[in-house]
Amino acid sequence: MLSGILAFIALASFFGLALGLAAVVFKVESSPVIDQIDALLPQTQCGQCSFAGCRPYAEAIATGDAPINLCPPGGENLIQSLADLLDVEVLPLGEEEDAFQGPIVAVIIEETCIGCTLCIQACPVDAILGAAKQMHTVIESECTGCELCVAPCPVDCIEMIPVKQTLKSWRWPEPLYNANNKEADTIFTTLDQVLAENVRP
Amino acid sequence: MSLSSTLSHLWPFPGGIKLTSNKTLSNQQSITAAHLSQQLIIPLSQHIGQPADATVKVGDKVLKGQILGYAHGPVSAPVHASGSGIVTAIEEHLVPHPSGLSSLCVFIDTDGYEQWTDCSPLISTEQNISELSNEQINEQIANAGIVGLGGALYPSAVKLRTAEKMHTDTLVINAAECEPYITCDDVLMQRRPEEVILGIMLIKKIVGAKQCLIGIEDNKPEAYQALLETISGYNSETHIEIIQVPTRYPAGGEKQLIQVLTGKEVPTQGLPMDIGIICHNVTTAAAIYHAVYRGEPLVSRIVTITGGAIKHPQNMEVPLGTPIRDILNQAGMDESKIEKIIMGGPMMGFSLPSIDTPVTKATNCILVSKKGELDTPPPAMPCIRCARCSDSCPMSLLPQQMYWYAKARDLEKVQDYNIFDCIECGCCSYVCPSDIPLVQYFRYAKTEIWDDERERNKSNIARDRHEFREERLEKAKAAKAEAARIRKQKLAKKKALNDQKPLEEAKSSDRKKNPDKPDSADLIQEAIARAKAKKAQQQSKKKNTDNLTEAQQKKIDEINERRRKRSEDKKSAT
Repeated sequence: MLSGILAFIALASFFGLALGLAAVVFKVESSPVIDQIDALLPQTQCGQCSFAGCRPYAEAIATGDAPINLCPPGGENLIQSLADLLDVEVLPLGEEEDAFQGPIVAVIIEETCIGCTLCIQACPVDAILGAAKQMHTVIESECTGCELCVAPCPVDCIEMIPVKQTLKSWRWPEPLYNANNKEADTIFTTLDQVLAENVRP
Repeated sequence: MSLSSTLSHLWPFPGGIKLTSNKTLSNQQSITAAHLSQQLIIPLSQHIGQPADATVKVGDKVLKGQILGYAHGPVSAPVHASGSGIVTAIEEHLVPHPSGLSSLCVFIDTDGYEQWTDCSPLISTEQNISELSNEQINEQIANAGIVGLGGALYPSAVKLRTAEKMHTDTLVINAAECEPYITCDDVLMQRRPEEVILGIMLIKKIVGAKQCLIGIEDNKPEAYQALLETISGYNSETHIEIIQVPTRYPAGGEKQLIQVLTGKEVPTQGLPMDIGIICHNVTTAAAIYHAVYRGEPLVSRIVTITGGAIKHPQNMEVPLGTPIRDILNQAGMDESKIEKIIMGGPMMGFSLPSIDTPVTKATNCILVSKKGELDTPPPAMPCIRCARCSDSCPMSLLPQQMYWYAKARDLEKVQDYNIFDCIECGCCSYVCPSDIPLVQYFRYAKTEIWDDERERNKSNIARDRHEFREERLEKAKAAKAEAARIRKQKLAKKKALNDQKPLEEAKSSDRKKNPDKPDSADLIQEAIARAKAKKAQQQSKKKNTDNLTEAQQKKIDEINERRRKRSEDKKSAT
């Protein structure tokens, strides 16, 4: 009897200690959901979702303050994966948001640039190089195409151009199944019809 | 070595299909030389890895075999001029690729002299290759721009160096050439077996393999005989064995051939090197022979020109960069009959976006089919789950499952079914009773996965940069706040110090009491007084007028007198 009670007390205190220790040692600083959402977002930091960057938007999604369909650069694929992650319904991309036209990058027209540094201050990923009264240039590989540098430019010398497709970035097109499928369906219905007619006396 | 003895130790590979070979169209003639084109278009990227860096300029005169671009980075290969002439442009041009995209090319207007640059062979055929070090041979191969000519296009020197470091006991030479129509390896072995065997010996020496197995499909008896006769000229110490394998597509797939010859299976997503095997193509071996024994870089290759719409199907030795239109014209193209122009074979090739694209290191065959020669698949019907695709898959995959997930763009699931083990041989599409373009789905899914990965990497970098920027701005803000705090503190201290002076205190309190004009006038007066005091102090500091001798003093007085007079004169004049 006594030994049993003692054993349980020992067990309870051991597990209690273990759990308490684990809570301290493995303490999670931020919500893992936010990190997971943030990992899915395209990190353009463009603010088209009306939040000040991708992480704030991720936080808003996690708390349920924002719907999952505010990110045009992420497109349908992002909405799908967010819906999978959060187990919510897939929403169509917000109507106000322009459809994403494919990746773009900023290019500074160097003859026009006056070296005002305003775009450098606007760039969320430090992808613009330059100094006061020196010509600026965009590091193309680091540019996320957020367009945040376009508005501040006083001489309108920043253009957004589509990223050129190379042999390495080229993707095989999706086989035109839908078009074929329609045809297949019609063939099948006709086959069914034929069979049905055969059965009839 | 009798046939039966070799067949006795062969293993089967799963799946595969029997195809009509159509090889006799082009494998009976000798290799013809392509006419020299007026213009050669040489892409700087003809291999896996980074494109070569152009080293020539527009207007440069180049000799045949001269380097046009150096290898860029560890996995890359140089490209060479395949004819002598003048560089007329270095710009983007359509290349033979299913995308129909352009890539940077060097344009050479040929002068017709075909003048070679200095070729320095490492060794002659009389010498023994044991005189050479592995590094010497490897460097020669790397400088010759040799890449896997069986279709992989991986820089050969890189592959050989890796194999040299790892424990490689078997060298497999791929002479199977399993795709219908293609005969470029076949005629190479028939007509130039010596080159192939010497090239193989060089490879064998570098990788340090104990044995070498040449796998050749049994539908190439002439090539087999030619190789056998050549090898019998060497002693048995070479440990090179020529093995006929049953003709079954895709026996020429690297992993399938290894399985047939050795019974070993390359692990999923692994390389043959993981199981101590390295595989090279016969054409690559011949190119290595040219580089080492003749000092010639890779500037030409044998191309099969065949198909129902070609009048004289044949194999041609074509300088790289020759426009495909030129060789098709040379072979006689019946334009009224053409249905499709395919680079590669009917199973794994792709329709050319244009015939004004150049021949590259990858161009093994140009198939120009006439109407009705190749099956054009009818519209796809729904999958009926018959599983014929998985029965035919030589990699033992489940194409029907991968198809569903690829169609739904479920890229994770499709990877769970090992899509990256798919060799895109096309057996599944070939046997599908519903004519579903399965391989196209798998190619699509693969490139989508790669694209996703690129995007993910890019967004990770963007996230890091953004976070770094935020941190930096935060730091700058904190530093600014800190600086402001310190300044304020200093001011406060100064003020406190001033406050201690009673006079100042009185005045400041005075000022505070009546902040009117008289006070500001007061301040002005004060400032003037301070300035005067300062001036006086400065004047008193004039040290060079002290302790003057009499003569000096006299001179100064004279000068001062003159100055006074002049100023008076000026005054009177005005």
